[in-house]
Formats: sequence, C-alpha cells, structure tokens
Amino acid sequence: MEKTTLFDKIWDAHVVRSVPSGPDVFFIDKHFIHEVTSPVAFLNLEKRGVTVKYPHRTIATPDHNVPTVDQDQTIKDKLSRMQVERLRENCKKYGIELHDLGSAHHGIVHVIGPELGITQPGMTIVCGDSHTSTHGAFGAIAFGIGTSEVEMVLATQCIMQSKPKKMRITVDGELGAGVTSKDIILYIIAKISAAGATGYFVEYAGSAIQSLSMEARMTICNMSIEMGARGGLIAPDETTFNYLKGKQYSPSGEAWDQALAEWSALKTDEGAVFDKEYTFDAADIEPMITYGTNPGMGIKVKGNIPTTEGMEGSNKTSYLKSLEYMGFAPGEPVKGKKVDYVFVGSCTNGRIEDIRSVASFVKGHKKADNITAWIVPGSKEVEKMAHEEGLVKILEEAGFELRQPGCSACLAMNDDKIPSGKYAVSTSNRNFEGRQGPGARTMLASPLTVAAVAVRGEICDPREVFEN
Amino acid sequence: MAYDKFTVLTSTAVPLPAENVDTDQIIPARFLKATEREGFGDNLFRDWRYDVEGNPKKDFVLNDPTYSGKILVAGKNFGSGSSREHAVWAIYDYGFRCVVSSFFADIFKNNCLNIGVLPVTVSPEFAEKLFNAISSDPSTEIEVSIPAQTITLLATGESESFDINSYKKDNMQNGFDDIDYLLNMESEIDKFEKTR
Repeated sequence: MEKTTLFDKIWDAHVVRSVPSGPDVFFIDKHFIHEVTSPVAFLNLEKRGVTVKYPHRTIATPDHNVPTVDQDQTIKDKLSRMQVERLRENCKKYGIELHDLGSAHHGIVHVIGPELGITQPGMTIVCGDSHTSTHGAFGAIAFGIGTSEVEMVLATQCIMQSKPKKMRITVDGELGAGVTSKDIILYIIAKISAAGATGYFVEYAGSAIQSLSMEARMTICNMSIEMGARGGLIAPDETTFNYLKGKQYSPSGEAWDQALAEWSALKTDEGAVFDKEYTFDAADIEPMITYGTNPGMGIKVKGNIPTTEGMEGSNKTSYLKSLEYMGFAPGEPVKGKKVDYVFVGSCTNGRIEDIRSVASFVKGHKKADNITAWIVPGSKEVEKMAHEEGLVKILEEAGFELRQPGCSACLAMNDDKIPSGKYAVSTSNRNFEGRQGPGARTMLASPLTVAAVAVRGEICDPREVFEN
Repeated sequence: MAYDKFTVLTSTAVPLPAENVDTDQIIPARFLKATEREGFGDNLFRDWRYDVEGNPKKDFVLNDPTYSGKILVAGKNFGSGSSREHAVWAIYDYGFRCVVSSFFADIFKNNCLNIGVLPVTVSPEFAEKLFNAISSDPSTEIEVSIPAQTITLLATGESESFDINSYKKDNMQNGFDDIDYLLNMESEIDKFEKTR
C-alpha cells in the first residue's frame, strides 16, 4: 500500500472532484466567519440570488474590530458597529450559529472553535483569516481564505484549491527551562524565513512537539502562515483526545468511541515522502524575540541583530529600511532596549495557559513604571477562568490592565493601538510595520518573555528575571 | 461575481521593488471596516503613501507622476501575511489589473485570481530587468498575454513565459469565477456532503 502523510489522508478524503489541469473541488467540514471578511461575501450571495447551503457548518463570532472595554454597550465606532450588526443580520437571516459579543462563548474565532470542541481531528476548516492554521493543532487541515472563497463556502461548502506541497518540520529533544512553544515557532521561522514555507502545508512532528499541551500546539500551528505556509498540522494523540473529551460539540457515548477509532488512524505512515523536511534540536532553542518587521526577523533574546554582511541589492535595502523603522542598528544587542507597552493576547497566545504563565511569573512583582501592560483574554471562557483562578487579581496587582475578549492590539482595528514610535513586546503573531497602530514598533515574544519585559521595563531574558 | 475578461494587457508599469510587502502595508487593518467592496483604492499603501496628516509622501512611487499604468511590478514575497482580500480589492480599485513579482504569498495569489487580477510570477532575473527598464524609461510598455502565457518588454522584445493552470486561464479569459463552476455541480456536492 502507498505510504501517505497525514495531510494526504485528510486532503484526499475531502476532494469532491479533481478538475483536469486545475484545482480540486475541496469540501469544507467547518467554516468560521467573523465581521470583517464576511459582509461582502453575503452581499454577493444576495446579488447572485443564492442562499447559504449548509448553515449548520458555519459558526460566527465578531472578534477583529470589537472594543475590549464596555462590551455590554453599543459599539461607539460607527463602521465597526455596522460590520458587527451586519454579521448579526446575516446570521439571523441564514440560521448561522452566532457567539455574539458578551455571550458565554464569545471570543477570537480561533480560540472559541477549539474551546467548544467544534475543531476536531480529520476535519477541513476554513475562515476568512490567515490564522485559521491554529486549528491544525488537532490534526485538521485548516487554513485562511479570501472573501471570494468565503462566499464559495457559504454557497456550496466547497472551494477550488490546488493541493499544496508537503513539508515536515521535526523538533526532537527536550525544551530548556523558560523556553515555550512560542519560542519554538519563532525559532523555526527565523531559520527558514518568512517565505520559507510558501507553497507548502507543514506537519510538525518530533518529541518536543508531542510533549506540548494542546494550547501550546495551537501557538505553533497558528504561526505557520508567518513562514508562508498555508497551514500546519500535528497528528492527534492522547493529548488531543483528552482535550476534546467532554467539550460541548465533541462526540459522546458510542459516537466518541467511534470517533476515537477514526482519529487514532490519523497519522503519517512510516516511510511516507515529504517534498521538504527540516529537523531541529530542541536544546538549541532559547527564548526568542523579533527585531524587524516580518516574523522571520527573530533572534535569541540574548543575541545581536544581524549585520548586513552578505546582503546586497533590494534585500539589503529592505533589511535596512526595516531596521530604520524599528529604530535599531545592525549588529547591536536587543537586550536592554527600553519598551513602552506589553500586549498579552491574540489567537497566538491569548488562551488560559498563556495567562496562567504570565500570572505565575509576575506574581509578587510590579510592572515597570515605563510600561503600559494590556492583557486581553482570547475568549469569555478564558476571561471567566482567569477570574475564577485568581489570575486577574494577581495581574491587576502587578499593574496589568485586563480587557475584554477580542483580537485587540494584535491588529489594532479597534482603539487598542500602540502609539507611533513606541515599542511593544507582544505575544501576538505579526510585527509588520503599523500592525499594532500606525508607526508602532512591535517585537514578538512568548508570554513568559513578555512577563519579564513588563517587570524589567526593557528587553530581557526571562530566565534572568524569574528564578526557577 | 463574474469579473472583467483578461486576455492581453499592454501598459506602462509602476515599480515597487521592496521585499516582503505584507497585506497590512497594502491595506492597513483600520481601513477594513467597509461592508461593501468599493473604494479601497483610496487607501492602497495608505501608510507609505500618506503621512499622519493625510498629506501625500512625495518619495512614494504612487505619488510620483513619472510612473503610472495598470501593471504593478513588485519585489519578492509580495502579499504575505493576512488573508484579507481587501488587499486585492484595493489594488484593483486603484486601477491595477496585473501584479508581477518573482515570488507571491499563496493566499494573496489565490485572492488575485479570484477577482480577476492577474498575478504573474517571473524569474528574479526578469524581475530585475523589468525594474531596470521601468526606471530608465518610465514610459516603457509591458505586454502581458494570457493566451500566450508570456510577459514581454515591448521595447526590446525580451520575454518570459509564466505559469497559470488551464482552469484559471480559462476563467480569466472568460471572466468566469469559481462559484459559477461550483454551483453547476450542486448535486455532486450534496451527495458528498451526506458522507461527511
């Protein structure tokens, strides 16, 4: 029998038809929508006179533009309010499940999907958002799509896709103290560059990956897009099954046993061939931080910004332009750089484990005076747990400001903007120019590093700040 | 929605050699709040094009009257980051019908094809040739032909072929989109759905 990869198994099971010399007609099991990339899709459906084909396969929540304060009140920003209202209208009109602002399961779409057990192994999942790759942590094929494709899924539950190439990234060994899954993915992206996996779908494997919790795995898969990959996935195992057991939308009773049998078969056959393979040693990974304006520009926190040696032409020009934007010089260390803001949140690191991690380290400390510290839970559920576990109290005592769930300062569509020229160390996923507000300078790092920076007020290695 | 038919485009071009131009640069998130598709061109490359007061930045290429045309020649890894189709809507709305680069991000490329903007991937050498030709003569014309799958510098006749699968090629030339295709196979999809 032919040896196939996990990705092949799931992909091939979802091809309705292969167009000769063209893409596959690819069936989508679950479709998430939010307020920003769906309104035009619904508008076009209407223009075509077409309805939503399988409304039960789509789940909605407003997350991108929503305010993170006073969520019980009418949204002040007119355009944001209109987008959210349009989402409500569309969900009502077509019978789509909506987790609205303020409701028990409102939150960032990629946080609530797993939380509710909607995301399951072997599924195909899309959303008009590139961080849909997050759901790959469950052994699903999940990726971001454009609004035309959102319309296709609403109308037909299918999209036209050419099968990407396959890449496997293996990380073996044990992670050192103070090193998190965020550091793993920042390390990988720094190694293979922000475009290094373009055209590929990635499977993450190896003992260091298998040892991670579901939430930590989500952080890794989430940032697959930051190296250009359409998505990334991890074979489901006991950790996955334990996470899913008892979730609201998880199968139960006999259906659970049946699902478990199917899910257990979801793995890459030994000897299956990938188009590209990378192997890294977990012991080589240390706390990471980005210094430039794409996620591939990452170094060890204790390291120096690369010099321009060996660079030429537009490559060098782009590199220097990036450093100029950041206000950094080639060759200098990042440690000791003053920071103005820290942001803990987003679909990358806005889950309960992230908040626990920050709280456990800042407990008994105070944020530095020069720091404004925002912590934005990924969902109402996360917020609730943070309160119940006493984390909010710890964080507030340390000087953090807890906000309400949403994408928030990750992309600064709402009022949560980092002012021009200010430095923010963020647990989010993108350090693009202006990503966190026009002129904002973003450095990406793990929740742990962010906690250390909040306390010190400058870039520092968390292992030097927090003992044990 | 069915879009404009695209067969052969002959135009001058606008050069943007910067590498790793992400979709947040093409259209910043704060301009994604519309519920319709029109008007995004005004905010194309917003923060590179205008200062905080909204005055045009003179050194940005879209503010340089020397350069114009329906073709954008961009640097390596163009369109990375967010899947926002608004980035392509902005490019289209501004007046571009074709984007040329030696390397495109995946989702961006798909989004282009889905609304009828042609992404043309060329070799790094040919990209360099295009940048040089445009900067030495901004009135230089480039011909992009979908039937022939070629991109040509008309002044010198230098040409390179590009890839496009025959399904998308047919779509572009006829102004069809994927939904037209998918809606025509409804019963096949229904049958499949029951197995999932």
